[in-house]
Amino acid sequence: MTALNWRGVYRHHLFWPAAILVAMLLFNLPFTPNFFSIHIRNGHLYGSLVSILIFGTPLILVALGMTLVIATGGIDLSVGAVMAISGAIACWYIKGLSNQNSLGGVAIAVLLALVAALALGLWNGLLVARIGVQPIIATLILMVAGRGIAQLVTGGFIITVLSAPYARIGGYALTVPTGVFIAAAVVLGMAALTRRTALGLLVESVGGNAEASRLAGVRARRITIMVYVFCALCAGIAGLMNSSNLADADANHAGLWIELDAILAVVIGGTPLTGGRFSIGGTVLGALILQTLKTTIYTIGVPSQANMVFEAAVVIIVCLIQSAEFRARVFGVFRRRPRPPAATPASIPTQLDKPVEAVR
Amino acid sequence: MAETGPAPQPVLRMTGISKEFTAVRALSEVNFRLFPGEIHALLGENGAGKSTLIKVLTGVYSLDAGVVELDGSVVRISSPHHAQQLGISTVYQEINLCPNLTVAENIFLGHELTAGGAIRWRQTRKAAAALVARFGLNVDVSALLGTYPVAIQQLVAIVRAVELGGGGGVPTRVLILDEPTSSLDRDEVQVLFGLMRRLRDEGVAIIFVSHFLDQIYEICDRMTVLRNGRLVGERMVADTDRVELVRMMIGKELGTLEQLAVTERPEFGAPVVTATGVGRRGGIAPFDLTLHAGEVTGLAGLLGSGRTELARLLFGADSPDSGTLQIGGAPASLSGPHAAIDKGIAFCPENRKTEGLVPDLTVRENIILAMQAARGWTRPLPREQVDALVGRFIRALDIRPADPEAKAGALSGGNQQKVLLARWLITEPKLLILDEPTRGIDVGAKAEIQKLVAKLADDGMAVLFISAELEEVLRLSHTVGVLRDRTLVARLDNGPDVTEEQIMHTIASGAHP
Repeated sequence: MTALNWRGVYRHHLFWPAAILVAMLLFNLPFTPNFFSIHIRNGHLYGSLVSILIFGTPLILVALGMTLVIATGGIDLSVGAVMAISGAIACWYIKGLSNQNSLGGVAIAVLLALVAALALGLWNGLLVARIGVQPIIATLILMVAGRGIAQLVTGGFIITVLSAPYARIGGYALTVPTGVFIAAAVVLGMAALTRRTALGLLVESVGGNAEASRLAGVRARRITIMVYVFCALCAGIAGLMNSSNLADADANHAGLWIELDAILAVVIGGTPLTGGRFSIGGTVLGALILQTLKTTIYTIGVPSQANMVFEAAVVIIVCLIQSAEFRARVFGVFRRRPRPPAATPASIPTQLDKPVEAVR
Repeated sequence: MAETGPAPQPVLRMTGISKEFTAVRALSEVNFRLFPGEIHALLGENGAGKSTLIKVLTGVYSLDAGVVELDGSVVRISSPHHAQQLGISTVYQEINLCPNLTVAENIFLGHELTAGGAIRWRQTRKAAAALVARFGLNVDVSALLGTYPVAIQQLVAIVRAVELGGGGGVPTRVLILDEPTSSLDRDEVQVLFGLMRRLRDEGVAIIFVSHFLDQIYEICDRMTVLRNGRLVGERMVADTDRVELVRMMIGKELGTLEQLAVTERPEFGAPVVTATGVGRRGGIAPFDLTLHAGEVTGLAGLLGSGRTELARLLFGADSPDSGTLQIGGAPASLSGPHAAIDKGIAFCPENRKTEGLVPDLTVRENIILAMQAARGWTRPLPREQVDALVGRFIRALDIRPADPEAKAGALSGGNQQKVLLARWLITEPKLLILDEPTRGIDVGAKAEIQKLVAKLADDGMAVLFISAELEEVLRLSHTVGVLRDRTLVARLDNGPDVTEEQIMHTIASGAHP
């Protein structure tokens, strides 16, 4: 591979998130020699990587929804509560079935949960776009109230279910974790929805300059409502996966603090919190980085009381490495990432054409 | 400039003031003097340097060159706090007080009357009540400031500035009022003027910034006019007629540009937009205006005269509270810009950066934004069509760099303006509204845009052309609308007999010629 191609690789906006993920996975090898081994046990794929995927898929889904919300310049704190509500509704319905293994019954339960998630997303969207409440406040309402709603549904108890079809959602299909299929479907669906239509462009333009977009005829309110609905739907699906995996609905703990991990995953993936450009692939990598970090903490045996501090320290380092400015300072060699809006306009085209060596 | 001041010794003298921002000369060698007991108008169009001069005087900016003398001794004003200590107080257009505190609390905010670390509330209220009474205000000082109308809040801000401006007991000698009347109605302005006269009679020197000529002539004694960062002149208000003042403010652009003079009035097409009695309170008084296909209508008027407000109503960016619009012969009410775009109206706003461009997106994305928004998100423009359109307009308008994937925010002002023009031209509008399309761009790009406007009208488009430069308006327009104090005061058919002089007269007096 020529030097030119390599430059294209590490200038790609996904290079640093991907490099961090790979480094983090490799880091585990000395501690867990069979970290990368995957084998089949009881007809299921089994191994550290597989468990990262299983536990990471709900986060991926929530973070994907969050990506679009953040791209419009908003934020959604209610995703954890939506997860709890969706799981609670599904389990409540299944619990009431005479035969919990009835496929039709479980299908209705899933449908009910997803419709509820849609309605909650619509509520968030209307608060933000129609009433004009600031996103952080609007979704804070549901973040707090949502757990209460979930408790009303569960009657204040943890509902446990024994349903083979429901267990599939958070379990395995064709020896692979079902969540992988779901996440893949959502990623592909979202890529098609945003990049095959004009939705992605309009979301980025609203996030980049809301007033200019309005004056260009963009129906910003509709776009905003749509992204909150999409985000809640993703959270609803994640809630089902989570609840199915644990075979219960816990109104207090399902999806607790996931909104923070999701926001972090979006940011690590390279979507700025101020809105504008978003990256679906970056968000997926960001979520995987966070999940790998959580797994790593256990495999390398960080004392449990130090978990939080360790995690925070690594996250800070990851964010620093993601920052082009920081990299420029620390290892000046890797300076050329093509996102210098502050640079003088005239220098941009020439800079892109310059060979690596010339700048060094 | 005759020495006719009320006192021989100015309280403030600024000499040879220069201030440069990165590559932009905001002030060059400006002189300014202010006498005690006068109200002095500081005048100029956008970018003339008024606010820079005020910020130099209040210590927000440090000056690059020049001398500031206060009462005859040279001072270096290092910070806003230092300016206050010297007795220079400022009240800005937006009120910098807390509406959720009481009037008394606001007046003494940061200067609380204390005893042993505790605030002496009773004494605070008494002192505040005595103060507002002295200024002739009828205000309950223990009521929340937010419960009073904006005008009263403005007056409270002035009382506070005058009383506490000097901080450590130094009386206010210079009071700067930066557009204090822009959100006040007629009666409220009179209350403010009453207070200003009282302060003047007490010997305070007042600098008054306003865009309303009537107010200048009503309240001011002397004025200083700036243009493009330079001093145009200092005059006594009583000795200067309005036409001369307008000429000083607008000035004349030297004829370096190619002549595009409108030689004859062509036959116009059908009316594209007809506005009857359309207006919006606080924006623009109800106006009648008809824009025909093939006609360039220019809007002339000073800054703040309602040019932009008029355009925004036609585009649905603001909703009118009176009157009716007819678009293409049929009555229409615009629920927003998207509705106007549907009906073939396009609008290039005055502030390219905040209202036009999405800087993070590419040139290509910025160009197709309006067309794509009109189609809706479910019907993306085919990529080949996008590339063809964008390529064509980058070439036609000579956008540089000619790279559709360049970030729009990195382009120069002139090229950004061309990107916005391209955005609207690909939608093939029937009416194109251009608000200050040539401001802040270089001479070459300016001439290109002017030529383009003439050509578009030739091809049958209706154009509404707004510019602060009279010469440009006259050169391009078939019809000229003149605005003054948020009212469309005249509609002139352009021809050899219409001169800048005449338009300045209209701006100054509001009379039909």
